[in-house]
Amino acid sequence: MDEKVKVYSTPSCPFCSRAKQFLKDNNIEFENIDVSADKAAGQEMIDKSGQMGVPVLDIEGEIIVGFDKEKISKALGL
Amino acid sequence: MYDLIIIGAGPAGITASVYAAREMMNLLVISKDVGGQAALSGDVENYTGYQFITGPELAAKFEEHMKKYAVAFKEDEEVKGFKREDDIILVRTDKGAYQAKTVIIASGKRSKELNVPGEAKFKNKGLTYCATCDGPLFKGKDVAVIGGGNSALDATLQLTKIANRIYLINITGELTADAMVQQKVKENQKVSVLNNTQVSAVFGDKMVNGLKVKTKGLEKTISVQGVFVEIGLIPNSEFTEGIEKNEQGEIKVNCHNETNISGIFAAGDVTDVPEKQIIVAAGEGAKAALGAFKYLSRKK
Repeated sequence: MDEKVKVYSTPSCPFCSRAKQFLKDNNIEFENIDVSADKAAGQEMIDKSGQMGVPVLDIEGEIIVGFDKEKISKALGL
Repeated sequence: MYDLIIIGAGPAGITASVYAAREMMNLLVISKDVGGQAALSGDVENYTGYQFITGPELAAKFEEHMKKYAVAFKEDEEVKGFKREDDIILVRTDKGAYQAKTVIIASGKRSKELNVPGEAKFKNKGLTYCATCDGPLFKGKDVAVIGGGNSALDATLQLTKIANRIYLINITGELTADAMVQQKVKENQKVSVLNNTQVSAVFGDKMVNGLKVKTKGLEKTISVQGVFVEIGLIPNSEFTEGIEKNEQGEIKVNCHNETNISGIFAAGDVTDVPEKQIIVAAGEGAKAALGAFKYLSRKK
């Protein structure tokens, strides 16, 4: 699988770690973007998702807000 | 058929799972999340053995401990109801149904809402119930924290490291948080405490721009880009039909963690046990698991 997956997250958010662990468990490569360290990336996340809650997953352009296992699995074809 | 189903995987549920696993009970844990309110806490400095640990780190330690015993775990699954038929308890979730001889309800609490205009509209658009999760997005911004207890002041202290200015909006005449935390907040130049103040609306455009508040009848607006609601918690007990609860909706338990229905136990923040602390919830979880184990031994 060669999907491009981005995870917008903060280091302290429990659902961000759950989401990242879920991707790891399914051998999905992803880019972790720490929005607490990178303000521009934070704005990019807000622009893409229209909201400020983390995590936000960008799976080949499909935006998923929160650790929604079912939506994530569907978008990845798991 | 399981010996035990534990509903919830916060400090109470996870500790119960460790004790039950060590009694070699055949068990299943069902939970929406892992770590519960503990995972949403900022700095934890009163869990014995750890002089300092963050909430998410402590929650990760709890999970690791549970996984050591290879406990069957259904995550992201919500219990919708249960009923007792003879000696079997049927547990119904949003994804399936299970049977057990005993159940421990450890479903914890969740954030209370403000119930004012604009709250639903701006949820996650500047308004949040989790300072630990979403706080870092408010770097250099002006924000408001609503509440006056420990969780509100905990959020305020976290935000002093991130935000530009913090308005702490407290409905009563005085803050109720621990004295040491209050002192830290009052000494911080970035924080303005507004006592006797009630939020009447949240407003904005696409994202939050401000709050309408009322101080002793006097209305004014405060310009903020972030609103952190920390006005307390309500028990996740709506699904527990037939179980006795107090006026706050907390499940009544005796000192053995038994509810009014035999074979059904409860532990942690969802119960009427006083003091909602991580260490108290963990201890109650241990008691409930041992109680369930002894209950089954007696039945044999």
